[in-house]
Amino acid sequence: MAIAMRIRAGNGDIRVLMTHPSENGLRKDAKSGQLIPAHFVRNMSVSVNGKTVLDGQLGGGMSKDPYHAFKVKGMKTGDKVVVTAEDNTGDSGSIETRAS
Amino acid sequence: MMNTTRRLLLRSAASAGLIATAIAAGMLKPGRVLADWDSVAFSATKAADALAAIGASSAASSRDIVVKAPDIAENGAVVPVEVVTTLPDVESIAILGEKNPFPLVALYTLSDFDGFLSTRIKMGQTANVRAVVKAGGKLYTATKEVKVSVGGCG
Repeated sequence: MAIAMRIRAGNGDIRVLMTHPSENGLRKDAKSGQLIPAHFVRNMSVSVNGKTVLDGQLGGGMSKDPYHAFKVKGMKTGDKVVVTAEDNTGDSGSIETRAS
Repeated sequence: MMNTTRRLLLRSAASAGLIATAIAAGMLKPGRVLADWDSVAFSATKAADALAAIGASSAASSRDIVVKAPDIAENGAVVPVEVVTTLPDVESIAILGEKNPFPLVALYTLSDFDGFLSTRIKMGQTANVRAVVKAGGKLYTATKEVKVSVGGCG
């Protein structure tokens, strides 16, 4: 399954919302009492015009549907912003936009 | 004997074809695109061990970093955390929930960073959220205590 993402970029600001269960492997299923296997985003990378501005390693302590917002120096209108992400099961996703 | 070899050849040819198709369809990517994941640091169960694993044991407290998080988090499953810093030349930021089962939540390598990063983390219980910022080759740190009413780590 591809990791779904939404992105907004502009005014020196990049915001990324991923849709992901972010299970840390410690939670038990309420019905079965079995541990829910770990399933979380481990890597994310954000580039502006091909230059990596954020290279993140993430743990299961990220909230469900991981959200990131951060400021980047020198980003201009029309700059190409690309986000890629990969979880611990090998699922990945990518999204791109132009800075407004 | 002949027959077995032929079967094997057929099978491997078929699977090689499948793999090629999968690569073409973008389902499999040759080689890794993203960075490695520090399993030692992320599997550490104590904040001090996690800090040691990322080489940040010696980080000095700094007033140039502000960790913004709610004083009281009703729901530990979603705790908004902001790291705001005036330090120049930021190279990386780590975020830890110090009493989480696995304290290290995130480790970011940054370029052209403009002093603001915001995310949302889980917290199991009342504890400090710690940010460690590497800037200009030096390590700085700051914390913010968050009281958690309902834990979010299972």
